[in-house]
Parts: sequence; structure tokens; C-alpha cells
Amino acid sequence: MTHRKSAALLSIIPGMGQFYNKQFVKGFAFLILAACYFIAFLDFLNIGLWGIVTLGTEVPRDHSIFLLVNGVISILVVAIGLGFYSFNIYDAYQNGKKRDQGLKLSTLKEQYHNVVDKGFPYLMVGPGFLLLIFVVIFPIIFMLLLAFTNYNLYNSPPAKLVDWVGFKNFIEIFSLDIWRETFISVFAWTIIWTFTATTLQVSVGIFLAVVLNQKEIKFKGVIRTLLILPWAVPAFVSILIFSGLFNDTFGAINQSLLAPLGIDSIPWMTDPFYTKIALIFIQSWLGFPFIMAMTTGVLQSIPGELYEAATVDGASNWDKFRKITLPMILFTTAPILITQYTFNFNNFNVIYLFNNGGPAVADQNAGGTDILISWIYNLTMTSAQYSKAAAVTVLLSLIIVSLALWQFRKTKSFKDEGMI
Amino acid sequence: MSIKTARRIRLTLSYLVLLSAIAIVIYPILWVIGSSFNPGNTLSSSTIIPENATLTHYKKLFAETDYLIWYWNTLKICFITMVLSVIFIGLTAYAFSRYKFVGRKNGLLLFLILQMIPQFVAILAIYILAYQVGLLDTHFALILVYVGGLIPMNTYLAKNYYDTIPKELDESARIDGAGHFRIFWQIILPLSKPILAVIALFSFISPFADFILASILISSDEKMTLAVGLFNMIKNEFGNSFTLFAAGSVLVAIPIGLLFLSLQRYFISGLTAGGTKG
Repeated sequence: MTHRKSAALLSIIPGMGQFYNKQFVKGFAFLILAACYFIAFLDFLNIGLWGIVTLGTEVPRDHSIFLLVNGVISILVVAIGLGFYSFNIYDAYQNGKKRDQGLKLSTLKEQYHNVVDKGFPYLMVGPGFLLLIFVVIFPIIFMLLLAFTNYNLYNSPPAKLVDWVGFKNFIEIFSLDIWRETFISVFAWTIIWTFTATTLQVSVGIFLAVVLNQKEIKFKGVIRTLLILPWAVPAFVSILIFSGLFNDTFGAINQSLLAPLGIDSIPWMTDPFYTKIALIFIQSWLGFPFIMAMTTGVLQSIPGELYEAATVDGASNWDKFRKITLPMILFTTAPILITQYTFNFNNFNVIYLFNNGGPAVADQNAGGTDILISWIYNLTMTSAQYSKAAAVTVLLSLIIVSLALWQFRKTKSFKDEGMI
Repeated sequence: MSIKTARRIRLTLSYLVLLSAIAIVIYPILWVIGSSFNPGNTLSSSTIIPENATLTHYKKLFAETDYLIWYWNTLKICFITMVLSVIFIGLTAYAFSRYKFVGRKNGLLLFLILQMIPQFVAILAIYILAYQVGLLDTHFALILVYVGGLIPMNTYLAKNYYDTIPKELDESARIDGAGHFRIFWQIILPLSKPILAVIALFSFISPFADFILASILISSDEKMTLAVGLFNMIKNEFGNSFTLFAAGSVLVAIPIGLLFLSLQRYFISGLTAGGTKG
């Protein structure tokens, strides 16, 4: 048998393959690490893995949700363990191969340098990644699993056990009338909201930038600073102010602006249609300054000769705008405009802080202006439909992830030229 | 119609457009400032120009509510989040920009996906996790969650910037015998100050503006942040303490607004860099 095979086989017990290759310090370190891993985690893993499969068998001893949390952590711990284990076999195999080829193995000192050298990027990424695992990745895995359980207000620990129910939540969202209709209407409004609000804020921003940057306009700096104010004031403050301004009975918009014009009070907060109008207005108010500021930068970089040449050719102002200015702006800012759309798709703050996704609508379990993300929030926090909320989260994430992957294929960040 | 008249019409229209835009932008801001000086308590008595201007609400804000404590909490949380984020992000992005290592591509892909899924879709899980490790109702948990949430997007931002720093600089330093960390510390770090400033700014502002995570993880009054405190003020007893809320908002909006206006160049450059490459 070759050295590489025996070393790899012996490595089934961590460290043995390294002993076989006469790398005693390394082998000893591996053996100790493996022993520590088992001593520290065996009980935890045992209960954790049992818990995630059964979600508990006895009330009130077992708390299904905590078992699920421990189960997910166990899986993460097992994954790390397996990674280490396969590295141990791989290492023994590689060194065995070197021996087969009659090469000298690295000395202890060389090994140390090797570890420091190759390990450096991991050392840099490590702390951030560990944090990411616990506060971002773990919660997402947990929600993913929750979507396949029957956890809700009536079926929640410690009084009851939660069970795995397969795809039942997803099937119910599409088969039960109330869920299907709610999902469709919320989804439709999410799309309409994303497109109208974003397009409006972008158009207003570009329009004002073009108007402001005409040569003859005076006091550009002052006007610009004033117009940028909505961006400078923290958004949550502005949205709460608007919810006061738009108040049906006492708000200044009905009282001081519309009443003198002889217009009756408009039910901004109680009629879904008007709430939607108000929301789109507010988002445009909040969002246009950034687009305006950015467009101003682009406008200043368009060479003046282009316009002079156009004037010589007899182009009108409108022609110049349509053929030179607008294409230049759209071309340079396209990627940022896309991020504006994804931002509004998940714009929880404006929907929730303005009117809590309301007003309520008959025959559905979401408010009249709820978008997917605020619906998920309300399902979780108000109606305690945890597993349904998780299922909607999974659907939302699927949409987002496929968009991300589509965008990913077009990026350049993933090429490795010139790496160490 | 002569060219001159056409030009005059165009300019008049332009000024009209700009003036109405300014009016729309400034009205809510003036209204809330006016309200904060209004003698009454309610929404209905709020006007832009108060008749008997008073500072009562500001006094009440300091004397009877936890406003100052919220302010302090918010600044503390934002500052610590900012420091930790810059450290974590600076290091992570450096590894992704300069080293080829197993898991690099998948790591980048993971970050790309994570930056698109808003962190708070998993609030329930975050809440349960915080509960299990006994960190519920602590600022520590909130800071950890903020820092973790900031990592994916801002790592891209920093990585893209590092990518523009010529690799020859690293190589010549390596030939001169500089180690990995020394190259980072003495060459890359000084050159990447502009992007780190942008990231610092973002990681200071985003916890400031966050409402959901803070409202879920923090329950006691004296640990709240401004966003949650002001929200409760306006929603719990709507109308009854509106002017108090107005005073609170003014005191938030003015310093943050000024800070923002003085640094807006960085915001624009940062957001543009994040969007164009990536």
C-alpha cells in the first residue's frame, strides 16, 4: 500500500495519519483538538440533533423552539467539525503523497510559517464571519426551518409541542382563499409601490437637477442646500411628522391647506387608496434629493462642446435634453437606480411608521398598504402566525436571491487576477 | 416669438418649479418647528407660526421624559457600532480583495445575497437567540446585530475600493520584507482612508435610523433609542403629546441634518461607488 493511502486511512482517527508521516507535533495537536471537540460538544450535539429531528416529545419538558435553535447551532457545529475532519484526512494524504514521490516533508518551522501564510486571509475574515454566522446566517436558517413547522399562536410552547409539517404552510398560502387573496393583493401592491414610488422619486430628482443646473439660474448653492434637506433629516423623523400632517381630522394638510381651498377632508389614513397616494408622495419627498445630488454630479461632467455642437446643428433645448442629457444621466447612474428599486421593494420604515400598513381591509389578513416585508412583520408581531410569516419570508427571499444571482452573473468582482 | 422671450419664459418657469419644490420640501419642516413652540399639546393646535410661542415642550422633554437618556443611548450605540464595523469590514474586505483562498468566491456570493435580504425578516429568530443567550434588552445585543448586518454590503464597498489600489505597491513592500499585517497597516490602510470614512459614516447613521431591531430587542424605557422613544411618544397617545414629539424631532433633526449637510459629499461618493461597481 502506498504511503498516501495508509496515511489517509489512519487519519480516520484524527492525528494518526500525521503520526504515520512522522509529523508528531501536528498529529498530537490534531488528536487533542479532536478529543476536545468530542468532550465539549458530544452531549450538546446529541440533544441538539435529536431535538431538531423530533422537536420534542414530552410537554412541558421539551420546548420545541429552543430545541430548534439548539438543533441549528448543532448543525453549524457539526459542519465546522466535518470541515476540520476532512482537512485532517486531506493533509495526511498530501504528505503521504509527498513521501511516495520521495520529497522531503516540511519541518516544524516551515509548517508554522505555512500556517501563518495561508491562514492569514482566514484570520482577517474570521471575526467578521463568525459574527455574521450568529446574527445573520443563523437567523435566516432558523426562519427557513420554521416555515416547515406549525408554530403559531395556538400551537406554541411551552404548552404545546411544535411539529414538522412539510410544505403545508406553502400549500395553504396558495390554496386557502384568505391567504391566497391576501398574498396576491400584497404582492401586487408591493410591485406597484416599488415601481411608482421609485420611478417618481427618480424622475423628480433628475428633473429638478436639470432645471437647477441651467446656466442662468442664480443662487444655485442655496437652492440646492434647501432641496437636499429631506435627505439630511433622519427619515424616521420625517415619516412620523408626515403621519401627523396627514392625520384625517387634525392634520395640517386637511385643516390648513385643503380646507381654505374649499376641499373636504380627504381620508388619508382611513382609505387605502389615499394612504397609497400619500405614501408614494412621501417616498418621493424622501428619495428625490439623493438622485438630484447625484445627477448634478453627472451634469457637471458632461462636456460643454457636446451642447455647442448641437446648437450649431440647430437642435432645440428639448432635443438637447432628450438626445444628450438624459442618455448621459441614465447611462452613468443605471446601477444606482437599480439599487433604488430594490431598496423600495423592502422599504419597511415608510410603510410601517406612516400608518402601520393600514388601514385595515375586510377579507384579508394584511393592511391595505402592507408590502411583503411589513406584512411579515405584522404576521409575526401582531397575529403570531410565526410559521406562515416564515413561509412568506422564504418566498420573499427566493425572489430576492434569484434577482441577486442574476445580477451576480454580470459582475466583475469575482475574477481572481493578480491575487496572492 | 423671439429667442429672448422664449428664454425669459423658460427661466420664469424654472424659478416657479424650483420655488414650489422648495415650498413642498420646507413646509413639513417649518410646520414641525412651529408646532414645537406651540402652547397647546395636541395636533389640532399645531400651526406653523405659533401665537404665544413657548419653550414649555423643550423643558418638559428634559424634565419629564427619558429623552436625554435616549439621546445618549443612541449616540453610544451608533458610535460603538461605527468603530466595530470599520474594524471588521476593513479586515474582511482586505482579505477578499488581496488573497486567493478556499471559499473566497462562495464568500463573496454569500455577501451579495445577504446584502439583499433585509436583516429584520428574521427578527423572530434574532429575538429568540438573544433571549437564549440572556442578552435581551441589552445594548450589547443590539450593537452585535447592527455590526453583523452592516458587514455584507459595506465589505463590497471597501473591497471595490481596495481593488483600485495598485497591487504593485504590496508586491514591492513584500520584496522589501514586509509581512502581511504590516502591508495592510502601513500601505493599504492609509490609502483607503476615504472609503473607511464613508463606511464609518454609514455605520453611524444606519443604527441611528433603525426602528425595528431596536423596538424588538429593547423593552425597558431607560434603554430605548431615539427612534423607538419618539415613535412611542407619537403613537401611544396620539394627539396628546404631539407638540412634545415635535420638540423631540427638532432636537434630533438639527444636529443630524447639519452633520449630514457638512459631509454629504462623502455620502454621494460612497453610494455611487457602491452602485457602479460590485
